[in-house]
Amino acid sequence: MAFSAFATGTAQEQAPRRKSKIALILLLPGILYLALFFLVPLVSLVMTSFQQPIPNGDIGEYQTAFRWENYTDAIGLYGEHILRSFIYAILATIFALLFSYPLAYFIGVKARRWPVLQNLMLVLVIAPFFISFLLRTLAWKSILSDESVVITGLKALALMAPDAHFTGTPAAVIFGLTYNFIPFMTLPLYSTLERLDTRLLEAGGDLYARPSMTFFRVTIPLSMSGIVSGVLLTFIPAAGDYINASRDFLGGTGTAMMGNVIESNFLVTLNYPAAASLSIILMAVILVMVTVYVKRSGTEDLL
Amino acid sequence: MTDQAGLVLARAETTEPRRPGRRQRYGLGSWLLPTYTIIALVFLLIPIAYTFVFSFNNSVKSNIVWRGFTLDKWANVCDKAEVCEAFGNSLLIGVVATVCATILGTMIAIALVRYRFRFRSAISLLLFLPMATPEVVLGAGLAAEFLSAGVQKGIVTIIIAHVMFCVSFVVVTVKARVSTLDPALEEAGRDLYGSPNQVFWRITFPLLLPGIIAAALLSFALSFDDFIITNFNSGTTSTFPKYIYISAARGIPLQDLLAAGSDERAVVVLRHVEDLSEGDTAAVLGVAVGTVKSSNARALRKLRAAPALVGVGETV
Repeated sequence: MAFSAFATGTAQEQAPRRKSKIALILLLPGILYLALFFLVPLVSLVMTSFQQPIPNGDIGEYQTAFRWENYTDAIGLYGEHILRSFIYAILATIFALLFSYPLAYFIGVKARRWPVLQNLMLVLVIAPFFISFLLRTLAWKSILSDESVVITGLKALALMAPDAHFTGTPAAVIFGLTYNFIPFMTLPLYSTLERLDTRLLEAGGDLYARPSMTFFRVTIPLSMSGIVSGVLLTFIPAAGDYINASRDFLGGTGTAMMGNVIESNFLVTLNYPAAASLSIILMAVILVMVTVYVKRSGTEDLL
Repeated sequence: MTDQAGLVLARAETTEPRRPGRRQRYGLGSWLLPTYTIIALVFLLIPIAYTFVFSFNNSVKSNIVWRGFTLDKWANVCDKAEVCEAFGNSLLIGVVATVCATILGTMIAIALVRYRFRFRSAISLLLFLPMATPEVVLGAGLAAEFLSAGVQKGIVTIIIAHVMFCVSFVVVTVKARVSTLDPALEEAGRDLYGSPNQVFWRITFPLLLPGIIAAALLSFALSFDDFIITNFNSGTTSTFPKYIYISAARGIPLQDLLAAGSDERAVVVLRHVEDLSEGDTAAVLGVAVGTVKSSNARALRKLRAAPALVGVGETV
């Protein structure tokens, strides 16, 4: 969806060749802005990642250098956090996909006959955005805290050990990540499933395919572009998130993700080179994973 | 390709008589899927309903157990001056950032659809990348730039950051609208001797307006709710999400309680926020393990003694 939006499509053909001066005037301010406040920061982040402390300097004082060891140090110290970030993000993405697909299928395919109901359900899907991301997460923290009805209830039914907690565990962090990014998964899935030609499903049945076979051989391949967009829109923010994993929200001991480490290095311990090299690692790994994933799923033209 | 396949199959369908028993395939889905959808939508709404209901809770400290109905929280929204100040800041930032991002983004969207120029794919990539970059990286990058340029962080740096991440979303939204626009309408305007200005403001702009409004609403929502990028670039300026974050931090303002730059603060953060071992903490700070232990003990004693923290010390 968002990813196909930039694909150079049919619009290009109707564009006239002349008047490139006007195009330049239209493009220049925005492009300069992005260059100045998106590209330059990335370069400055790369430079920061190689800095070294000023000898006998105060905490937070660094000078330009070419210190490769910042990277090996970061991986050595925070290898566990790096791994954890990607495992949590992958699990959250899988759960969000499993949660969203049937939902998007119902709204986009089964509810076509009732446009009002379809729109109402779409509003409900984006309803979580009506309150702040942080408030949503805090609400879950309260709902699932040890004193809450849910957890005391589960314990009374002996479904949970009496001394067990939910908040503060990796499961809680993955739960929070999943919940918070579900709309990002559901909306692109909806927009491809909404265009799904149901005659193709009937054709599958006519050719004696079982419903499950039709689903895996027809429905899934046809909705692949939505799946890819949804997975990327969920995975990328989830891998860099540090709200859910924070101890003040759903996380606890041993749930810190890369975002938490980058934040505390940058804003609290003022270790800018460590924060910068971790950011670059995060971005590099995400770019590699995204490229491999997009190639594997055969949807290169989306990017 | 899909459409062609659809046509072929549709033709096949019309020639073949409908077999009985066709409905059977939808048997299970006919009740399972709607039920699941209802449950899923209710699940998505739980935190909102909870927040709304518990805003009437007569709670003193923690807001987990129901303690009776009250309108106090609603009547005294601005009881704490910081809340409304933060809210006002967020509104101001949201409006300014939205106006700037919408203007910049709309111009780019029109250029991308209507004109041909070189470096088109490079520009598309530049617009796509900010959406594909994790927020921490965007936030830390800008903060690194401000740091090396010696810019004081405040409301202006927050606005700069917000415009940056909103522009791409505006471009996507407005571009979709521009490409559905019928060029014949503008042509008709020109045929009727409309000047380029008149054609733009009387025909193009009104037709684009729904897309522009949608883009503006989207960027306001993104700006108003942003925490991660803001946190890196706000300095001491408060915004609404930042206020929530700080209040949620169990009243442990680590940053404020222990002097900035002190070893104790660094030790507490490394040991308890990042969960490093004592050995790793010592390696990061370049001190002996014994120093880490003693700084940690000293810091925790200070933290536990702080009146706001009584009872939370054991978890730190």
